[in-house]
Amino acid sequence: MSTATAASTLRAEQDKGRRASQNREKWVQSRTYISAAVILTWCLAPAYWMVVTAFRDVGFTYDTSLLPTHVTLDNFNTAFDTSFGNRFGQALLNSVFIGVVVTAVSLLIGVFAAYALARLNFRFKYLVLGFILGASMFPGVALITPLFQLFTNIGWIGTYQALIIPNISFVLPLTVYTMTSFFREMPWELEESARVDGCTQGQAFRKVIMPLAAPAIFTTAILAFISSWNEFLIASQLSSDKTQPVTVAIASFAGAQPNQIPYTAIMAAGTIVTVPLVILVLVFQRKIVAGLTAGAVK
Amino acid sequence: MATKLGPTPVKSPASGGAPTHHGPKGVGEDNKILSQGKWAAWLLAPTVIALGIVIVYPIISAIMMSFQKDAGLDPATGLFTAGGPAGIQNYVNWIAQQCSAPGGGTLACPPGTLGAQFWSATATTFFFTIVTVTLETVLGFWMAMIMARTFKGRSLVRAAVLVPWAIPTAVTAKLWLFIFAFEGIANKLFNTSILWTGSEWPAKWAVIIADVWKTTPFMALLILAGLQMIPAEVYEAAKVDGATAWQRFRMITLPLVKPALMVAVLFRTLDALRMFDLPYILTGGANNTTTLSILVINQIRQGFNAAAALSTITFVIIFLVAFIFVRFLGANVVEQSGATGKGKK
Repeated sequence: MSTATAASTLRAEQDKGRRASQNREKWVQSRTYISAAVILTWCLAPAYWMVVTAFRDVGFTYDTSLLPTHVTLDNFNTAFDTSFGNRFGQALLNSVFIGVVVTAVSLLIGVFAAYALARLNFRFKYLVLGFILGASMFPGVALITPLFQLFTNIGWIGTYQALIIPNISFVLPLTVYTMTSFFREMPWELEESARVDGCTQGQAFRKVIMPLAAPAIFTTAILAFISSWNEFLIASQLSSDKTQPVTVAIASFAGAQPNQIPYTAIMAAGTIVTVPLVILVLVFQRKIVAGLTAGAVK
Repeated sequence: MATKLGPTPVKSPASGGAPTHHGPKGVGEDNKILSQGKWAAWLLAPTVIALGIVIVYPIISAIMMSFQKDAGLDPATGLFTAGGPAGIQNYVNWIAQQCSAPGGGTLACPPGTLGAQFWSATATTFFFTIVTVTLETVLGFWMAMIMARTFKGRSLVRAAVLVPWAIPTAVTAKLWLFIFAFEGIANKLFNTSILWTGSEWPAKWAVIIADVWKTTPFMALLILAGLQMIPAEVYEAAKVDGATAWQRFRMITLPLVKPALMVAVLFRTLDALRMFDLPYILTGGANNTTTLSILVINQIRQGFNAAAALSTITFVIIFLVAFIFVRFLGANVVEQSGATGKGKK
């Protein structure tokens, strides 16, 4: 009898405890969802506002209703309109061109360095790595003055090479750095097997490692392209109307009236510049995050 | 370097004849195997040379320029003055905020001129850096803690944080300029009528908020990557031992995530110290939001050599901060980046 009572009391206690902990779980869980909602809003709301404004009639620029109103595509036409001296279409092409060249050159050069840093043992490895890391943290303004003078003297201001070369200075370190971390994660045993099967080191690299490394290289290419695409400081000083990239075009976007900022058109231009990147980033989200955080941990 | 060499068998260095290949491509044709050191040298050469041209050359050139006088019209006499060696005069001018005076001497720069802004720009730069990095660290840590939990829609949150990161800073600046416009959404939502870019503190906060929005995701992802390295068993064990949530955070999470956190803070700090795009576009540097980078850019067209001196000062400041981080705060970037022999465990 008494044991039964004790047992039932115990069971009741356990039930209560379980319920309490379940409640606590629920509370923690709902707090997580609230926090997640806050993060989502904080990150997405401004971007959402850009897109909503891009589709809003220019007469209602300052309409503050949160849902899309006065929807129109006019702003996209205005963004490409050149009658106020804006050259957004040209700037888009410039940015793509500069980005592709910078990315290609950086990858082509950087892939070998990354391979060496990830795979080989040699003296001064840390020195080289430190140099490359230091280069990636280098302030752009320290480059701009001598480059401005140099390019002025040799007549390069307003040429593509004047934008491409400085861009390489910060895209290349990033490329090497990211790829080095990726390369260290790869199954290099396969290379060994290939060599056992009679491949030379070069063949093993080309036939076995390259295909495996393709996703890593592709991710690095996206990161490199984005960082070139976003560059503003160098371009704002060394580009001309003809070679200016989108960042400069958007920053200096002019409207019909000099004292009125054409926000809706700017937001449309911003949307055009951003949406492809955002889609690309979201599609390759996992890889991108791995590439971004590569090196900071592990 | 005690770790054993990789699977690559190391034979004696290829003897005779300089290697004629720049990459692995040519190696397939001849069967010689270079020693790892030589290999590494060849593989690294293009990168090192390229960085030498695009970074080392400009630095040296900037330092040399900074010891030269700017040629130009003397504002006082209206006469053309040639350049020539200036010694440390350019540096002195910035730091003491002296401008050249009629008759060759120097006097305190009149307020409003670039020369009078060195210390205020330095203060602004450090203010922005300290405030933004602190906010980003706290917010980023919080975001990372949330994203590390398991819940439905977690991947959605992880994707969403990449959106601000993917938007170019120039676009971000214009976007927040619009949000902070007088008739804009910020004033509407908070029921205020602040002229955000019209006076000092609102302008500063506008820059800070925009910067925090843009870069917190990067911080959060770096910290998240650090959090995910902590094995769950450690938390389980601590729970069994009766550690409270706060204790688990303080005794496990913080110390274990510290290396990743320090690297994230270092990266962000160095990035914030060179902040340019955001204040340049958002406020134009008005109302005391001119950072050192903006000051350099404004100076370039008024005199290369003085700008070179200022950019060298900026570079030295950033270098010193990085040095302090690595030396005293234990942000071990190189080791964190894991160049420790092999990455394989």
